[in-house]
Amino acid sequence: MVDIQTTNSFDTPELVQVRDLKKHFPITKGLIFERMVGSVRAVDGVSFTIRSGETLGLVGESGCGKTTVGRTLLGLYPATEGEIFIDGHNMRKARGEELLAIRRKAQMIFQDPYASLNPRWTVNSIVGEPLRVHKVFKSDKERSERVKELLSLVGMSSQLVNRFPHEFSGGQRQRIGIARALALNPLFIVCDEPISALDVSIQAQVVNLLEDLQDKFNLTYLFIAHDLSMVRHICFRVAVMYLGVIVELAERNEIFENPLHPYTQALLSAVPIPDPKKARARRRIILTGDVPSPINPPSGCRFHPRCPIAKDHCSRLVPEWRQITEGHWVACHEV
Amino acid sequence: MADRILEVKDLRTRFHIAEGTVYAVNGISFHLEDGETIAIVGESGCGKSVTMLSILRLLPIPPAEITSGQALYLGRDLFRLSEREMEQIRGKEIAMVFQDPMTSLNPVLTIGRQIGETLRVHLGLDKEAIHQRAIGLLDQVGIPDPAHRLNDYPHQFSGGQRQRAMIAMALACLPSILIADEPTTALDVTIQAQIVELIQRLKEQLSMAVIWITHDLGVVAEMAERVLVMYAGFIVEEARVDELYEDPRHPYTMALLAALPRIDRRRDKHLRSIPGAPPNLLVAPKGCPFAPRCELAFDRCWDEMPPLFQLGPDRRAACWVDVTTGKPF
Repeated sequence: MVDIQTTNSFDTPELVQVRDLKKHFPITKGLIFERMVGSVRAVDGVSFTIRSGETLGLVGESGCGKTTVGRTLLGLYPATEGEIFIDGHNMRKARGEELLAIRRKAQMIFQDPYASLNPRWTVNSIVGEPLRVHKVFKSDKERSERVKELLSLVGMSSQLVNRFPHEFSGGQRQRIGIARALALNPLFIVCDEPISALDVSIQAQVVNLLEDLQDKFNLTYLFIAHDLSMVRHICFRVAVMYLGVIVELAERNEIFENPLHPYTQALLSAVPIPDPKKARARRRIILTGDVPSPINPPSGCRFHPRCPIAKDHCSRLVPEWRQITEGHWVACHEV
Repeated sequence: MADRILEVKDLRTRFHIAEGTVYAVNGISFHLEDGETIAIVGESGCGKSVTMLSILRLLPIPPAEITSGQALYLGRDLFRLSEREMEQIRGKEIAMVFQDPMTSLNPVLTIGRQIGETLRVHLGLDKEAIHQRAIGLLDQVGIPDPAHRLNDYPHQFSGGQRQRAMIAMALACLPSILIADEPTTALDVTIQAQIVELIQRLKEQLSMAVIWITHDLGVVAEMAERVLVMYAGFIVEEARVDELYEDPRHPYTMALLAALPRIDRRRDKHLRSIPGAPPNLLVAPKGCPFAPRCELAFDRCWDEMPPLFQLGPDRRAACWVDVTTGKPF
């Protein structure tokens, strides 16, 4: 697979490099003599880079593998194949001290603010946990001070340290999750649908907070989401995934104003616009059918069974990942 | 003017729970015209679903209590009907599609059996007629190979197909009102687009009225003719769809629209966020529920809930302030 060298206006170095990443989950049968009968090819050859201080959006429908990419990147799932470099360290080869160092630099914010905080722990223990694990402070007192500082960073009162998660609303819990992710001064944060569980009026608060923190600490984000309007707002570049592969990648205005892949076009045309006149005037590409199973993905281009412009060769040949204009990459025979 | 097929007057619904009383719906009135599509929008807990469940008398009483109100369906008050009479209307004349098709379908019965049940109960058809009708319904909602798929169980359907099956069940008796409670929230955008198109097509074919409940202002713009905006159990604004988006008259609607990122525009600055959080519904409402988060609030807003002022035909807003000038009326 071709390496992605997306040159854009940023001169900053690449903080995250992913090459041909694959993550297959085995399907097994039999209780005693367990044997592998197939695999779910959740991520099947994905390459991208993220520059320091940049936000890369990773979008696609449920089951396309976007969350698996995020988790594999941080080592929460062991990768099946491919290379992951974070700040120059080889994530798949690192062990011991080096692995701990990478883990300090790369953190995660989870989708569900209810499931990602331990209900029996106080805010102090939750936000202080990474500090404790990595033995950052000698005394509990110093650690508590840092927790208070983190809470004020995310716009919460430092007097709330002894409360439990159930005492907070969804938006506040997500702030606690963000404070935890910031505890070790990371360089890179995977934000896995951080706002999709929140109400509209709260989403804007959390997104603005993430942007402020990025400016303040020069953070690099991988922003995984299915809300394309929010992705256009927050991301610098956007990668579109379909069934385990990236089909298109470009700078945000380029991809939203000039989408080239038929899947990206259909996906964007399906997003409702909160403007009745525009909504009526718009032409929609309605895709037929559902996303096929990643256990047995279609041959050739994975999108060909649902593609409105598919030709014969699309079912036979895997499309090449090519650069059409500077920084605009696409995998489609017909572009 | 078309006939009013449904008219709700001063509906109040409360829940009595261990922690106290939840003031879920606090005196709302609205109507639905024959063949019209209205949308009720609001965030979670604003009372939009409870309103619909109250009208259909699907809430468990207790803990729920409908303390006042009328729901006139073709002039008959649904709250005064016997349970038996209600059963003749629910599912037959007013049908509902729920948000989560996985929990609304019975996992151990085939799809065909579940569609058939509606037909058997309401229309008293025989087995063969039910079978033929069920095939026709699945075909109508766009499920390929309907004769075979009737024998499938819900887990064999994808999310979008399950929602289509739910719609087929709701349409089985050709209802005159379809209530769709966040029918696309659990679905991906491409599938959502399919379902929105399907319901719009069926509405035309069957000349139904549709009440679409959602939190998504994008979906509303696409399919509603008239919109009710709810906040903390009150209707705060009502308008025809174009007016609502071009010229919102309640600070909550304005803030909500300003907080939305837009896929059709280049980003300019930060999003305008709404400070604070929705009010605690365990406290009896006093004053305007949006006052603590409102930029335009003044003394009166804290003490007295504004009525829905009529601002034009089909146009009402519950605010003491004229938002076009920023000054009290």
